[in-house]
Amino acid sequence: MIPAPFEYARPTSVDEALGLLAGSDDAKVIAGGQSLLPVLRMRLNAPELVVDIGRIPALHGIRDVAGGGAVAGGGGAIEIGAMTPYHELLASDEIRTELGLLHDAVASVGDPQIRHRGTLGGSLAHADPAGDCGAVALALEAEMVIAGPAGERVVPAADFFQDLFTTAVGEDELLVAVRFPVHPGWGSRYEKFVRTAQQWPIVAVGACVHMADGKTISAARIGLTNMGPTPLRARAVEEALVGVEPTAQAVGAACAAVADGTSPPSDLNGDADYRRHLATVLARRAVLAAAGAA
Amino acid sequence: MTTTEEAPAAPADEIGRDRRRKEDRRLITGRTHWTDNIVLPGTLHLAMVRSPFAHANITGIDTRAAAQAPNVVAVLTGTDLAATQGVLANAWPITPDQVTPEHKPVAVDRVAFAGEIVAVVVARSAAAAADAADLVDVDYDELPAALDLRTAAAATPENGGAIAHPDLGTNNSAQWIFDSAQAGTGGNVEDAIAAARADGIVIEREYRQQRLIPAFMEPRSVVVDPTGEQITVWSATQIPHIARFLLAATTGVPESKIRYIAPDVGGGFGGKLQTTPEEWAAFAVARRFGKPVKYTETRSESLQSAHHGRDQWQKLTLAATNDGTVTGLKVELLADLGAYVALVGGGVPVLGAFMFNAIYKFPAYRFDCRTVLTNKAWTDAYRGAGRPEATFAIERLMDELAAELGRDPLEVRRQNWITHDEFPFTTVAGLTYDSGDYESATAQAVDAFGYEDLRAEQARRREAGDPVQLGIGVSTFTEMCGLAPSRVLGSLDYGAGGWEHAEIRMLPTGKVEVVTGASAHGQGHETAFSQIVADRLGVPFEDVEVLHGDTQVAPRGLDTYGSRSLTVGGEALALAADKVVAKAKPWAAHLLEADPRDIEFSRGTFAVSGTGEGKTIQEIALAAFAAHDYPEGIEPGIDAEVTFDPVNFSFPHGTHLCAVEVDTETGAVRLRKYVCVDDVGTVINPLIVAGQVHGGLVQGIAQALWEEAVYDESGTLLTGTLADYLVPSAADLISFDTAHRSTPATSNSLGAKGVGEAGTIASTPAVVNAVVDAIRPYGVHDVEMPCTPARVWRAIQDGSAS
Ligand SMILES: Cc1cc2nc3c(=O)[nH]c(=O)nc-3n(C[C@H](O)[C@H](O)[C@H](O)COP(=O)(O)OP(=O)(O)OC[C@H]3O[C@@H](n4cnc5c(N)ncnc54)[C@H](O)[C@@H]3O)c2cc1C
Repeated sequence: MIPAPFEYARPTSVDEALGLLAGSDDAKVIAGGQSLLPVLRMRLNAPELVVDIGRIPALHGIRDVAGGGAVAGGGGAIEIGAMTPYHELLASDEIRTELGLLHDAVASVGDPQIRHRGTLGGSLAHADPAGDCGAVALALEAEMVIAGPAGERVVPAADFFQDLFTTAVGEDELLVAVRFPVHPGWGSRYEKFVRTAQQWPIVAVGACVHMADGKTISAARIGLTNMGPTPLRARAVEEALVGVEPTAQAVGAACAAVADGTSPPSDLNGDADYRRHLATVLARRAVLAAAGAA
Repeated sequence: MTTTEEAPAAPADEIGRDRRRKEDRRLITGRTHWTDNIVLPGTLHLAMVRSPFAHANITGIDTRAAAQAPNVVAVLTGTDLAATQGVLANAWPITPDQVTPEHKPVAVDRVAFAGEIVAVVVARSAAAAADAADLVDVDYDELPAALDLRTAAAATPENGGAIAHPDLGTNNSAQWIFDSAQAGTGGNVEDAIAAARADGIVIEREYRQQRLIPAFMEPRSVVVDPTGEQITVWSATQIPHIARFLLAATTGVPESKIRYIAPDVGGGFGGKLQTTPEEWAAFAVARRFGKPVKYTETRSESLQSAHHGRDQWQKLTLAATNDGTVTGLKVELLADLGAYVALVGGGVPVLGAFMFNAIYKFPAYRFDCRTVLTNKAWTDAYRGAGRPEATFAIERLMDELAAELGRDPLEVRRQNWITHDEFPFTTVAGLTYDSGDYESATAQAVDAFGYEDLRAEQARRREAGDPVQLGIGVSTFTEMCGLAPSRVLGSLDYGAGGWEHAEIRMLPTGKVEVVTGASAHGQGHETAFSQIVADRLGVPFEDVEVLHGDTQVAPRGLDTYGSRSLTVGGEALALAADKVVAKAKPWAAHLLEADPRDIEFSRGTFAVSGTGEGKTIQEIALAAFAAHDYPEGIEPGIDAEVTFDPVNFSFPHGTHLCAVEVDTETGAVRLRKYVCVDDVGTVINPLIVAGQVHGGLVQGIAQALWEEAVYDESGTLLTGTLADYLVPSAADLISFDTAHRSTPATSNSLGAKGVGEAGTIASTPAVVNAVVDAIRPYGVHDVEMPCTPARVWRAIQDGSAS
């Protein structure tokens, strides 16, 4: 499959990249190319300019940042450059121990080749409703650092995903980094339901759970993948879980309404009703596992 | 009665030896000739403009913009190519009155499926061709499309149903019937059913064989070079010989002017057992411009327009006595041909007709099949071709019968199967099974599986109401393969024979060139055939070179499909080796100054009995080359050729046992254990056999759990990429426990039976039986394939509700 012809540029700084984007009204950024290339090759899109951000050092890497988001127990945050590929996240001890939910979600993406080239920033900017990183960003209350002609701005995950394949990143902007607050003492689990290992999730649920007293759930964060045009957060369930003992019955009851207000797709993998049902089962399992009870 | 041996069968050096495949280094590293690698100076590249509509009249094609695009040489429509493009033939009209639409490679005025070629862009690069293809503007006038198989079968112009080819006035292409009462091979099935209805058991089921896509690894590709005296075609095909014959026959180019080459080919599974519009169009374009032409399809084009497989509706009625003895089986089948009757398209269900009775002694049988045209991609052979569909039906039914009786499914099978001492056995479908031993294969499988322990675990989980239920599926399959005795094919109106040709050339340096008409596409022929020749001639394995896949090198052949290469092609080779030995013997006697009757041949050496004197076969090859001194009356050479026509099919069989865990909360099916004991007769190379069985199992399991070609209601293929058409990977499967036993085949001197399709044929019902077995307590007695989590979950909900 051969894409339509396009111009290609490979800037070495964020400013240069922004300049290129500003100079064209039909440009596309390419990161790992794992979502964009299929689109170009199937000629679903034919931009006149492709800006390759793969050689911009500032977009790359994992760093600690002090302060971080406003999460209970605030233990600082980890900032990940947008161009950091999945396999580097998986190789990082820090990500595994401090951001277990992200680690587990990323480990489930595609196959080794896709994890070698695909990037965290690309996944979030692409905003495929079946992408695994969006629900994680919501559940962990990540912040997106976006650079544009007017400088940098920080957008909370809750405001980042706007619609199917649509985010707060403007056409002349770049997602440069993602900040994940760390949640010391929280447990987590990413429950992804697929038919084959290389498949995008039919439904996935990411859960983070804190048990201040070690017996009952004191706080929970739940993100949902592929339950609507954007990743979703199940706030009502989070609230219902507070004070609950991590038993199958109690957690199951608290999760029963997890699909309320969602609008999952119907496709060859299952209809919307089946997805709603799956979400309740996966949410229960994710919360129990995050609470160390499964 | 047949004798069973523990494999390996023969104590020879090469037969039964695990040899790594000699072709794998080049195949795996890609340092070889795949069609798309072939680069000829001045090559023109093609891109196909394909119909997005399932059924439409072409009202206009504006090629001007495309023709003016950079580096474009021409844009050709079906009208432009009308005089030269030929037609795509159906080689197996299953009845004399079969309705067969004419199939032009490039459509002229109407398209009959989404993906049909309407124009060919010819450009100096593949990229320029692809760019210009976007600029071809085709006007279509959409027509009602015949899509659903059962609806299409019932449609008539009078009832207003959609007709796939309106000029034909019907979607029904042919009806093919076998009835044991008429054939004299058994009783009348209606009588058996009536008797069972009065006193006995009647099981009625409808099963759907979903449409599958062969999904070979290497997309189809063709290069045509018209420069020189012959036109050379390189193609990623399974059938260079058959394609050459049909290309000549349908274009009027003399066969002697066409050289067809299948270089290394990356998989086929039946999917490249086809003569394709793309090859025919490339041939026409190359002739038109007198320049080399290349076309390689994209994966999406491959999924959309290479032929699909399966796609049947089966209506089954099984009659049995109250104690579980089957008294009759009636099969009513609808088979979806797609838009055209492909090369052997209509014949696929007919191949299945002989297999519904499987390993059982049914006294009465009737098979009634209608082949139906629809506006979807054409269907044809896919690994197993007709036999998986039949095996699925009967093995599912035997489990249903057992469930109805409340008995163990293995027990019910034992009660009905042909026993060890009854071979050779002529079945109700009229075939004679030469050998087999279902009892011992089953006993070994049951043992390795831990059948009783798993049944106990199943009972515990049921008792405890475990959300994860265990199911056990049985499949005691057999199949007919080794296609095929030419006379039998003739009696079924197939257009060709089933023989195979082999040649052995003894080179003066003692090396051996082997030429076979069986054209491999990943099976390992070069290794297995080298073993056979090394064994029979007593030469080193490394000294044997196997040549194939080029009509100039291997002029006679009928190619590779239907698990025929070893039992027919390998046997031809074994016989050719025997001929070489026979021809060399007088030379040896002459050189040793002995009577030919005193010469014995063993392990590569001709020796005079009782003396230590001898000559190696290599020495004789050199002597025959020099030809300075040889007996009167014989030719100077010991090369040999054999064309072998088998007297019977081969009938591999096996017992497959599968355990699955079903998560009743999500419907997810997890494979837990898979054990199979296959009897493929004499095993030449256990490693290759294991590879064929493993790969076959995966494709059969994939039909049970994952794969399905789905069209939407307008006839667009929804599973148009591999993100939607779910081909499993190693990550989705478990480690299989495969073993074999051997009752040698009597139809070839090797004792071999085919193995290429066995795993695929056997595994699908084993898995579905296991899934149904797991959730039968919820009131479920069927789950449509593929058994997706959503379908399994829904079946549990519906079953529990009723
Ligand atoms: C076979 C297959 C299976 C897959 N399975 C999964 C799966 O199970 N789960 C999953 O989550 N994903 C899956 N993916 C997608 C994979 O995760 C992609 O890599 C990811 O969605 C995009 O990352 P990328 O770096 O490749 O981005 P690209 O493909 O390069 O870009 C994607 C889009 O984001 C834009 N973009 C990229 N980076 C930036 C940036 N820094 N600023 C602004 N815009 C930007 C691009 O312009 C483009 O529109 C799969 C992909 C394939 C091919």
